[in-house]
Amino acid sequence: MTTQPLEAADSTLCARLDRVSRLFGAFAALRQVSVDFARGRCYVLVGENGAGKSTLLRILAGLLRPSAGAARVFGGLEPQAERARIGYMSHAPMLYDELTAEENLRYFARLYPGRACLAPAEALRQVGLDPDLKRILGQYSQGMRQRTSLARVLLSVPELLLLDEPFSNMDVESALQMVALLAGFRQTDRTIVLTTHQLELAAPIADWVLTLRAGRVASLEPGNPQP
Amino acid sequence: MSRVLWTHLANNLRIEWRSREAVNSMLFFALLVVVLFSLAFDPQGPFARQIAGGVLSVATLFASVSALNQAWAREIRHQVLDAQRVAPAPGAAMFLAKVLANFLFVSIVQLLLAPVFLVFYNLRVEGNPWQLLLALPLGTWALVANGTFFAALSIRSRNRELLLPLILFPIFIPALLAMVLATESILTGESDPALWIKLLVGYDIIFTTLSLLLFDVVLNAE
Repeated sequence: MTTQPLEAADSTLCARLDRVSRLFGAFAALRQVSVDFARGRCYVLVGENGAGKSTLLRILAGLLRPSAGAARVFGGLEPQAERARIGYMSHAPMLYDELTAEENLRYFARLYPGRACLAPAEALRQVGLDPDLKRILGQYSQGMRQRTSLARVLLSVPELLLLDEPFSNMDVESALQMVALLAGFRQTDRTIVLTTHQLELAAPIADWVLTLRAGRVASLEPGNPQP
Repeated sequence: MSRVLWTHLANNLRIEWRSREAVNSMLFFALLVVVLFSLAFDPQGPFARQIAGGVLSVATLFASVSALNQAWAREIRHQVLDAQRVAPAPGAAMFLAKVLANFLFVSIVQLLLAPVFLVFYNLRVEGNPWQLLLALPLGTWALVANGTFFAALSIRSRNRELLLPLILFPIFIPALLAMVLATESILTGESDPALWIKLLVGYDIIFTTLSLLLFDVVLNAE
């Protein structure tokens, strides 16, 4: 099934999946998925567990290669070649438990040589965490780890944000704060693709809602983002 | 590359400094092996010098495997490795830093083990003792470089703790033999260890280069 938003003319395109399939053994996580992601828009991916949402994000992040079809970002480049411009957050924290939040961020910032990264303290402040907190991450609550994980993604000022279940383990208030933060990014011409089971939380920033079912695109409908 | 290498290395050292997991587990295991062998064989005089190299190498090998099996555990936990993979820094720097850190940890264990070894095996070096400072680090590097690479190769396997020794031991045999024979030559002073030291240098260059070249493939294997 080919689904392309009308607004996604090539010059405004951030990423494109062209008949992408991904197999894990005999199991097809994605089947012939074609989607265009326009620059500066927020796409909310919904679907049941196993629908292929995380696989789609991992392909866009360059962590997985499609079994068939092609994934392209920023005007026809392979995601692996443009890793510095892509930020990926999984439902796992992707951070070291033994380090403080600030130490984790300082470490990851140095893995982006030549890119102007945010200061770790600034990234932590953006997600509502105290940069002076000296506890190691292993002593953080799940919600705080999730915020630190988002701070890691924001650190490199990515143009394409891929967020897998960013609101999981968060209380409603924290999730709403994160939505407000993401709304700000949307206005800076950055593209957000996020998966969630809580569409009601992401609805205020959703330009498009993409529903996956059994590895296929079931629908791609315009959202109703708040200005 | 060097800045990123230092970043990874400092990170590995900081985490080990806080947890001391690798050094403690290796030290305990190596001490046990050395003491058990000394109790089993009651080594004295020339016999002690003949077997000391083998005992030290085997103690280092077994102790290292327990630590090498955990070499990438922190990166697998919470998918830290994925965050490192999506960063544009070269994978080779991450590998080299991990090898350097593991080399340092194993060397610390060997240094702490040395006095115990001298006491239990009643050792006196008959050859040039400075050559030990060449043979042991070269053998240790061979073990650690291969071990770190194969530990990365087996991280996606369910039986990775079994897989690592199964792959590592056969490949490490030439370096193990060279390390044992070089150490024995130095301790007994009966032959020149130069040939075995050269073999270790060649082994280290070949396997380190291959591991560096192939690491990105291993890192991004699905």
